[in-house]
Amino acid sequence: MIEFFLEPLQYGFMQRALVIAVVSTAVCALLSCWLVLVGWSLMGDAVSHAVLPGVVLAYLVGVPFALGALLFAGIAVALIGLVRETTTIKEDAAIGTVFTTLFALGVVLISKNPSQVDLHHVLFGNLLGLSTSDLWQVSALAGAVLIVLVAKRRDLTLFAFDRTQAHTLGMSPAALSALLLALLAVTIVSAVQAVGVILVVAMLVIPGATAYLLTDRMSRMLVIAPLLSVTCSVAGVYISYHTDAATGGVVVLTQAAAFTTAYLFAPLRGIVPTRLRRRHAAVGRRNADGGTHGTRRAGQDDSAVTVT
Amino acid sequence: MSTPVDTAPPLVAVDAVTVRYGTVTALDDVSLTLRRGAVCGLVGTNGSGKSTLFRTIMGLVRPDTGSVLIDGASITAARRAGKVAYVPQAEGVDWDFPIGVRDVVMTGRYGHQGFLRRARRADHDAVDAALDRVGMAEFADRQIGNLSGGQRKRVFVARAIAQDAPVLLLDEPFAGVDTTTQAALTAVLRDLASAGRAILVATHDLPGLTTLCDEAVLLQRRVLVHDVPEEILRPENLALAFGVDTTAEVSR
Repeated sequence: MIEFFLEPLQYGFMQRALVIAVVSTAVCALLSCWLVLVGWSLMGDAVSHAVLPGVVLAYLVGVPFALGALLFAGIAVALIGLVRETTTIKEDAAIGTVFTTLFALGVVLISKNPSQVDLHHVLFGNLLGLSTSDLWQVSALAGAVLIVLVAKRRDLTLFAFDRTQAHTLGMSPAALSALLLALLAVTIVSAVQAVGVILVVAMLVIPGATAYLLTDRMSRMLVIAPLLSVTCSVAGVYISYHTDAATGGVVVLTQAAAFTTAYLFAPLRGIVPTRLRRRHAAVGRRNADGGTHGTRRAGQDDSAVTVT
Repeated sequence: MSTPVDTAPPLVAVDAVTVRYGTVTALDDVSLTLRRGAVCGLVGTNGSGKSTLFRTIMGLVRPDTGSVLIDGASITAARRAGKVAYVPQAEGVDWDFPIGVRDVVMTGRYGHQGFLRRARRADHDAVDAALDRVGMAEFADRQIGNLSGGQRKRVFVARAIAQDAPVLLLDEPFAGVDTTTQAALTAVLRDLASAGRAILVATHDLPGLTTLCDEAVLLQRRVLVHDVPEEILRPENLALAFGVDTTAEVSR
């Protein structure tokens, strides 16, 4: 058993894979809490695909790939905003149009420069092939995002919950929206290298969605999501090492397994406990025989649902 | 019942405001002042411009012509100083959001806090006092979706109280609310007005108008009548806002 955990660690590439998996999944998970609540899960999808041409161009020009990716993340967000605001096209259509276009541009660029970039690595990540400088690059970006997220978490949560209130209090919802998008772009750039364009989307949605099923408080979601996601990615890296399966894929499947478990069994919102409660309540009502279930305090309104 | 403070300058001065959405005129040359110590009712049909008026006073809508001054300063300055508190309609709130009653009320204190929005002793005290005032102290730790319609309203009124703003705007606070809550909220609003606040309440509850308000405005894209509630409730005035034959129906 100990060997199961220790054996992989004798390889430098496994150590780096683990550190990067932990760092980037933690930040993705934290961010996913807000994305899920604001309704921006698709935005993660869009930006992560749209960075592809930036990555390719960065390799061609010979600048750090994060630079190109960040540039195109910004272009994608700006274009989506432009299409949405200057036409009556709905947001999802604007997102879909912009990111597929940019992604296609990236694919074409790769096909014209086949020796420069490995499309497979960009799409599915290359967790086991990362260098020490990659490690620093990912950690610096992720660390910066982490600090801003933690410092401004209350403002971002208010933005997600009640933009009008944020505005009334003198904040700028537009600026908070831009901040969240910028953090999303930087996070994607840092995570893309580890798990790839496709799978980063999962890491930006699944942890937040899972945590939402497990609690009804944002403060707890912000702890549960990263913990769960980091546990899953470490487990995923080990499983992939021992089964010789694609690391990024296994990491996300592990997260999906956690989501499925929460979906079924979460005490608060899981479908099994909910069904059981409903059945229990129905039995309770029959036994009470249309009378004395629940006492109502004078002065309180009825129809309050109590969930414990 | 009315609290005359006629010498004091108005807290909110809406001056000849016109708002157009494309070709639709939502507000037409609306002038209105809100004074300290008074509750002003805002009465009109759906689509009469009540929400637009709120949004204009909050600076969410920029008037095409005219101006709004709050406490003698611009809306932006008033927002930064936390001078306007808003209680939204129930439909505007995501009740599934993972947030508790106390957390919602605490957002009212953000204007009093620093960059990181760390709550100090005074903030916790203000939140507790506000929850107490609306009778929601025992529900402080509930997630907001697990509350009845009346309790939900009380939470947002508590948030406005915690914000401690001189101007309070309430959009349909009595819609879908039981009579106990309505009476409790009416008493709270009267108290807040007595303490020197200016309160604007959009309401469909015409029978309750005289108990709640010192004055009221009949709005139909423009101000039809601005007078004491008894005058507003005269059939010929209601007919102006609601149409001749529907007065009996709307004042049910």
